[in-house]
Amino acid sequence: MAKVLEGLLYTKTHEWIKMLDEETVEIGLTDYAQSELGDLVFVNLPQVGDEAVTGEPIADVESVKAVSDIYSPVSGRVSEVNEDLLDAPEIINEDAYAAWMFRVENVTEKGDWMDAAAYEQYLAEEA
Amino acid sequence: MKLLFEKSYVCRRCSVLPACDVDTAALPEALCRQEPPHLPELSETDISRHYTELEKRTYGVNDGFYPLGSCTMKYNPKINEEMASLPGFTEIHPLQPPHTAQGCLETLQLARTYLCEITGMDDMTFQPAAGAHGELTGLMLIKRYHEARNDFSRTKIVVPDSAHGTNPASAAMVGMTVANVPSGEDGCVDLEKLRQAVGEDTAGLMLTNPNTVGLFEKDILEITSIVHEAGGLVYYDGANLNAIMGITRPGDMGFDCVHLNLHKTFATPHGGGGPGSGPVGCKDFLSPYLPGKQVCGTGGLYSLEMPRESVGMVKAFYGNFLVNVKALTYILTLGKEGIREVSENAVLSANYLMKLLSECYKPAYPGPCMHEFVLTLKDLKKERGISAMDVAKSLIDHGVHPPTMYFPLIVPEALMIEPTETEGKEILDQVADTFKLIYQTALKNPELLHQAPTTTLIGRVDEVGAARNPKLRYVVQKP
Amino acid sequence: MGSYVPSTKAQQQEMLAAIGCAGFEDLFKQIPEQVRLRDEVNLPSGKSELEVRRVLEEIAAKNVVFKTIFRGAGAYRHYIPAIVKSVAAKEALVTAYTPYQAEVSQGILQSIFEYQTMICELTGMDVSNASIYDGASAAAEAVAMCRDRKRAKAYVSAAAPPQVVETIRTYCWAAGTEIEFVPEQNGLTDLAALKDLLDDSTACVYIQQPNYYGLIEDCEMAAELAHQAGAKLIVGVNPIAMGLLKSPGECGADIAVGEGQPLGMPLSFGGPYLGFMAATQAMMRKLPGRIVGETTDHNGNRAFVLTLQAREQHIRREKASSNVCSNQALCALTAAAYLSALGPDGLYEVAQQCLSKAAYFAGVLETAGLHQRHQGQHFHEFVTDCPVEADQLLKALEDNGILGGLPVGDNGILWCATEMNTKDEMDRVAAIAGEVCS
Repeated sequence: MAKVLEGLLYTKTHEWIKMLDEETVEIGLTDYAQSELGDLVFVNLPQVGDEAVTGEPIADVESVKAVSDIYSPVSGRVSEVNEDLLDAPEIINEDAYAAWMFRVENVTEKGDWMDAAAYEQYLAEEA
Repeated sequence: MKLLFEKSYVCRRCSVLPACDVDTAALPEALCRQEPPHLPELSETDISRHYTELEKRTYGVNDGFYPLGSCTMKYNPKINEEMASLPGFTEIHPLQPPHTAQGCLETLQLARTYLCEITGMDDMTFQPAAGAHGELTGLMLIKRYHEARNDFSRTKIVVPDSAHGTNPASAAMVGMTVANVPSGEDGCVDLEKLRQAVGEDTAGLMLTNPNTVGLFEKDILEITSIVHEAGGLVYYDGANLNAIMGITRPGDMGFDCVHLNLHKTFATPHGGGGPGSGPVGCKDFLSPYLPGKQVCGTGGLYSLEMPRESVGMVKAFYGNFLVNVKALTYILTLGKEGIREVSENAVLSANYLMKLLSECYKPAYPGPCMHEFVLTLKDLKKERGISAMDVAKSLIDHGVHPPTMYFPLIVPEALMIEPTETEGKEILDQVADTFKLIYQTALKNPELLHQAPTTTLIGRVDEVGAARNPKLRYVVQKP
Repeated sequence: MGSYVPSTKAQQQEMLAAIGCAGFEDLFKQIPEQVRLRDEVNLPSGKSELEVRRVLEEIAAKNVVFKTIFRGAGAYRHYIPAIVKSVAAKEALVTAYTPYQAEVSQGILQSIFEYQTMICELTGMDVSNASIYDGASAAAEAVAMCRDRKRAKAYVSAAAPPQVVETIRTYCWAAGTEIEFVPEQNGLTDLAALKDLLDDSTACVYIQQPNYYGLIEDCEMAAELAHQAGAKLIVGVNPIAMGLLKSPGECGADIAVGEGQPLGMPLSFGGPYLGFMAATQAMMRKLPGRIVGETTDHNGNRAFVLTLQAREQHIRREKASSNVCSNQALCALTAAAYLSALGPDGLYEVAQQCLSKAAYFAGVLETAGLHQRHQGQHFHEFVTDCPVEADQLLKALEDNGILGGLPVGDNGILWCATEMNTKDEMDRVAAIAGEVCS
């Protein structure tokens, strides 16, 4: 059973969102996502200063045989990226909720998000 | 097995050159390299044995059945190799005056004539060195065509979702975006979805026929018509030409330009990944845009000229010339009768093998196939946990090269099989028995298949480690 | 008719019967009538092997095989040791496919890994790919590697070979990359002009070493200028010259490419040749085409495998940075065998002989009245003026079985000398030149 953490928000495309304050969010991949993707070998992160647009691809993760887009759940400006992931993408496989990918500030638009319970429900129906 | 570098001994050498017969010139120190390249120091014995050992660790068409779908691994005739080794071809400088290279120009001229005849095209360039290179070239022709008509709004290439990855990648290289058209339940292009996908921004459609699941697009005239009506051009990916030679031609189906894979259909060897040749043919309205110099004139005095509105060059010189010599030799050997015989037997072999395998395995699409067919192992995976990968790797233990796996993307747990016309019936029977044996093992003892291959020097490799911590070269140990 | 279909007519009938077909026609039922060929394809009838051999030999005999060649300009005649040809003719290596199934392709994979290592050594770079079509397309792909959202302009030296420049220009047109030429001054890239041209929209600078006229460029300065402007430097090199000259790595280049034909491939009227591409560690993931990496199998044995595949077209599809699928595997293997046969001393010797013979040749041509056009230091090629019509001199040489240099602008001739040219041959050319030009 994929792990779902309380206190985070979730998208249908399996990203998690942590509200750092009213206008800043931290984003990563859910446990379900990492197990579907398999062993990750590389992460293509956005650059600090890049524009994030709700619903548009902003990063991607590579496994040996596939590449998967990460869709931004917000609009805003990328303020920080987790460079540890560049050397050790497997951190995402080991602990998806500790492996934040990037942070966005000046958040304006937000997408359709679910809370932990709703996401668990969504996973039960999906899988 | 050791690398060449690990077999190196200081001061070992081969004796290759005589002493210099003129005074030694010197280069200013500032221009010279400080660190000499660390190449291995070996005797000829070392080198010869090394590559003999490497050869033993390689499986080629000459070793046995090689049913890679979409790759047409047919037998590579030895006469082609000999003709391509004639000094009259190998010793010719590409920039020799044309009147001293009439044989080379005649080779290109003949190859063009015959290949245009086989494909129903009017002209052809031999510059592209591979299929993907040919695709890029074909798309360049399409781009230039629209530009020449001052139509700069056509920036979309339509590609079926079953297409080979090179198709959309090539579109991106010519600055176009890709519109994917889903295939129908029957594995063919969905006409309705195609009509919705084309419009005033359509530059063209890229299509293979037979398509990548081995089926002939019977609505092909309708397909090309839909695209033409929308103002786009139609490009033929020639990877599957082996199914239709002498039967039908892309030029007659409405295609405007094509690429060929001489290393597939025309029996030139794959070389472990090249060199191949991907000539691009076109209808005469696209002729002026062909890249590189074209052979002009008639026998006796051929010359080379760049077409007046050429897109430019995609490679220096005229393409992989020696590969074209091999293909020409092949076409001359087969002739009009042999060309047709190839396709008839390619399609026969595939259907025969599919029939034998359907006793245990499930074809992805019902009904007859063309020169290749796709099996789906999705049920086997669900019921027994045996994947396409497991079956493919198990074939290795029985001396059979695995078929293409996990392509096309629209079929789950896919194995794409193309026997080609150069396998005798007894080989097909034997291979079918091997597949059946593996199936039996899947039912009784699936664990064995997960371990496969077990008879090779190397078992399944750690691809994750290779990608996470890339080690892409040997680092020479300094003493 | 020639045929490679092993099954006899009887066996074919058996197979047809097994699938419920009366004849071959039944196999093509689903193909619409309107597109079926009504007649046979208009080709000559097939031939037996003996007949085919005669046809091809006759065609080949229409080419003039020059015993003595003094022309380079992108294709060079070097000595190919017999071991190289022997290695490149091994059946399994010739007839294998791309090594996607690592367990049965360790031979091919290891040979490419060895090749990659050698290219890194020659160019002084960190990583190399498994090769691409030729030096010109490698240059074009290198330019594409450097482009990003903010920097979309490429500067190409006008002193690079015309076929390389044209190929880069074509790829740039297709992709919408802006391209501008850096002018030449006395045969060398005008670095002062380059400095003025560079700005923050520059993605890369391309320079050839040695350049089209055989002259040795100041790549270190070019690298400095490019980096100051935040751009990348791509150097296209002659691999034989790398036995002597400062490597792109030593000059600070970001990407090194080049034409590998001199490494064991015959002239072949232009192909198949070999494009090598090497880069710094930082640019590793931007390299197009295949790359082989070292890993282990589940028993801990050393193994080789195609890796970093997530860059490539079959995975990224339209998001791939390039569509390259195949490499020139057999040519890469040829290059590795050549470099093994020569070894470090041998490569140095070939390069040294090329340099020395070209220097001697320039000297005797000078005496015969053909003056060197450019001042700088050259490697194995140089341009001379010609006191008479260049074609006139070249025709006289041709009548003597000698392929002279390539005619270039302003009645110049681009000569090349390699280790294959003897002192006698060079004296002969000078003698003929002396006659023709007096």
